[in-house]
Amino acid sequence: MDVTISLTVNGIERAITADPERPLLDVLREELHLTGTKYGCGEGRCGACSVLMDGKRVLSCVTPVAQADKKTITTIEGLATGDSLHPVQEAFLAEGAMQCGYCTPGMILTAVALLEKNPDPTDEEIAAEMNVNLCRCNGYPKILNAVRRAAEKIQR
Amino acid sequence: MIRDIFAKKLESQRSERPDEPRCEVELSRRSFVQLLGAGLLITVTEGVSVGRRRQSATVAARLHINKDGTITVMTGKVEEGQGSRAQLTQAAAEELRVAVDRIRLVMADTALVPDDGRTAGSRTTPSTVPAVRRAAATARELLTRLAAEQWKVDRSALDVRNGTIKHQATKQTITYAYLAKTKDVAGAFAQTIASDVTLTPVDEWEVLGTAVPRPNWRDLVTGAHRYPSDIVRPNMLYGKILRPPSYGATLESIDLSKAKAMKDVVVVRDGQFVGCAAPSSFRAAQALEAVAKTASWKTVSHPSSKDLFSHLKKNARPGGRTRPRTSGSIDKGLADASKVLEQTYEVAYIQHTPMEPRAAVAEWKDGKLTVWAGVDGPQSVQGDLAGTFRIPSERVRVIVPDMGSGFGGKHTGEAAEEAARLARAAERPVSLRWTRAEEFTWAYFRPAAVIECKGGLDANGSLIAWDFTNINAGGSAIEPPYRIANVRTRSVSSDSPLRQGAYRCLAATANNFARESFMDELAAAAGAEPLAFRLAHLENPRIRTVLEAAARHFDWPTRKKKVTADIGVGLACGTEKNSCVAACVEVGIDRKRGEIKVHHVCEAFECGPIQNPGNLLSQVQGCIIMGMGGALSEEIQFADGRILNAGFAGYRVPRFKDVPKIDVHLINNTSIPSAGGGETPIIAIAPAIANAVFAATGVRIRSMPMRGAALKQA
Ligand code: FES
Ligand code: FES
Repeated sequence: MDVTISLTVNGIERAITADPERPLLDVLREELHLTGTKYGCGEGRCGACSVLMDGKRVLSCVTPVAQADKKTITTIEGLATGDSLHPVQEAFLAEGAMQCGYCTPGMILTAVALLEKNPDPTDEEIAAEMNVNLCRCNGYPKILNAVRRAAEKIQR
Repeated sequence: MIRDIFAKKLESQRSERPDEPRCEVELSRRSFVQLLGAGLLITVTEGVSVGRRRQSATVAARLHINKDGTITVMTGKVEEGQGSRAQLTQAAAEELRVAVDRIRLVMADTALVPDDGRTAGSRTTPSTVPAVRRAAATARELLTRLAAEQWKVDRSALDVRNGTIKHQATKQTITYAYLAKTKDVAGAFAQTIASDVTLTPVDEWEVLGTAVPRPNWRDLVTGAHRYPSDIVRPNMLYGKILRPPSYGATLESIDLSKAKAMKDVVVVRDGQFVGCAAPSSFRAAQALEAVAKTASWKTVSHPSSKDLFSHLKKNARPGGRTRPRTSGSIDKGLADASKVLEQTYEVAYIQHTPMEPRAAVAEWKDGKLTVWAGVDGPQSVQGDLAGTFRIPSERVRVIVPDMGSGFGGKHTGEAAEEAARLARAAERPVSLRWTRAEEFTWAYFRPAAVIECKGGLDANGSLIAWDFTNINAGGSAIEPPYRIANVRTRSVSSDSPLRQGAYRCLAATANNFARESFMDELAAAAGAEPLAFRLAHLENPRIRTVLEAAARHFDWPTRKKKVTADIGVGLACGTEKNSCVAACVEVGIDRKRGEIKVHHVCEAFECGPIQNPGNLLSQVQGCIIMGMGGALSEEIQFADGRILNAGFAGYRVPRFKDVPKIDVHLINNTSIPSAGGGETPIIAIAPAIANAVFAATGVRIRSMPMRGAALKQA
């Protein structure tokens, strides 16, 4: 049975009628056409579908939409403020930390959540926190540089 | 059907398509303007029709100058993260003498672009970059001549900088944009691209050779870019396809009625093809589940990965596809040797696991099919779709939005075909994205290999005989780069239990793994030091340079002395696709857990003049880490026609925690033309790791992936 779920996505309140089991990922992509959130595995093991739910990183492919009821969601489309990018987005550009870029939205949102709770992470802490995020272009070295750069910027 | 197409594909990918564009653009000026954006385009000649031959490609087929001065350049190559968008933009900007932001690159849209062949084999740099440069240089010359005519001066008195033509003597200037507004540029661009036009020499490069960022990078960090799986069309449905429970299984019966009764669901059966489309992928999956339950299948037996290597050996077909290549006499060489070594190496099947699985959106309108698809050969998929649906190619348009990686795994357009079948039945656009499990099961794999090596040393410890046979994986980089008097190499086909195809660097990884591991074994047998043993047999100056560079930066002699039972160092080198690589690595061994951990990789790479150092660094780093996956953990397991590890839980790819310290040394060799750099850096990593493990433990692991279990007893 479909249920109606209300949630705030990138600052806009939404009411969605959907099967409660439907993955949040599909609702974002197919109902709201927020396609910046990617499918990579559907099994919670790649991080491509990462979004922020009440400021914490969740894997939207394994999050039934019902769990997002009354929650605040930020997707990659909602990270910049107008034309000015979030420092983590800027750091990814400055470091050239993308190849195909398909993993990038998930990487950026995971880094945003990480730096929120730990603004000065060690390399080990970055690797541990971001280990679920796969980059099949294997651009990890530049992604690490980008997260370090963003951390420095945020602290200043 | 797909299998048949694929058999042809494997052939065509062995003999790469011609690199020169085969322009088959047949468009009226009106439709061109519609496609490129109304009002912008002015230089298209009526009904551009260019023949198949290379000399008949016109400038207009490759390049337009718009009234606002922006320049549109067209290529059949795709961007999948390897950096072609930046590089081809640079190529055009360099020869046109304009800033990169003046260029708009249209990629991989069969309605607009010339056929540059598949994006594969590292061919963009040696073939498409020069093709674009020739077109751009010809355009620059044509425009300069128009200015010369206008001013009634000699062409040689004019200079071009920043899209502006200047007459030095009178200081008069005119811009491309102004010429485009006032002159018959369209008429000029109907001319053929000059094959002898002078290209800017490397030492005068201003745009090439610099780390130009990918032009659409900003859209990647904001989520604005639409990958093939992100395309949304009005009234679009989402599709799901019924898959057999095992390889070779055939559908005997199925009951579609339950799904057909579901609201808004379209169900299609066409022989073995069964699929559902619905307004959401969740709904489509529910519908598919309902029909899948009613399906009955006839299954067939299928080999399992446990018996893979004996299966490949047993079914090897020497004398098949390729002849042995020989120099000297292998029999004599082995007979003369004072020591003969013989070893066998094994390489498992692995999967590309591109981050974005196969995906396509298909839309039919008035008997014409348009697909947006994640494939690396738009024109070849266009031909496949035309064949499948029995319509002329002109009625099929394939567009490849910059896609989520491929690594050679997206030669085929299965998702495009499936989406098109569903869309035709539904009479609505359909989006289809394979699941990760589908990608793991129904895409193709990097070939598994059994490689048999025999080597002979003379009394002085010099290599005098080399016999090398690759069963099943192919002949890429099979020739040893070493000076050996008697050599025989063979690439022998077999019966591959899994569907196999291209992968980053193809069989070069397998061949180099076996060769460079075996070189280490021979060095040990000769009582020689691995680096010295290689250098003693190596004449190729380019390989010597990278090998010596890697060893120097790694501080090989010192690190070599510090080897312990738990810390080993190893090196390897190689060449493929006209580029050269060498790597030194340090590994740590955890005997209790049987684990190999890579601590440090120092790799030197040379592919001629570097066109984009930032991108090349990304490619080399990516190859190193990707290579670690195939070396240490990636392996497809299968039994009873099913993949047993069709997900990231059971199939282990490199992650952040696996990333070692990486030093990359890019060598800028300006004495030769540029070669591609996105593949070859992968081939040195696995043998360097194997050699490092041996240095620490004395255990020689002759398989990819290297199963650390052998180390527990060491
Ligand atoms: S798609 Fe959600 S973790 Fe992979
Ligand atoms: S950039 Fe391609 S998957 Fe990360």
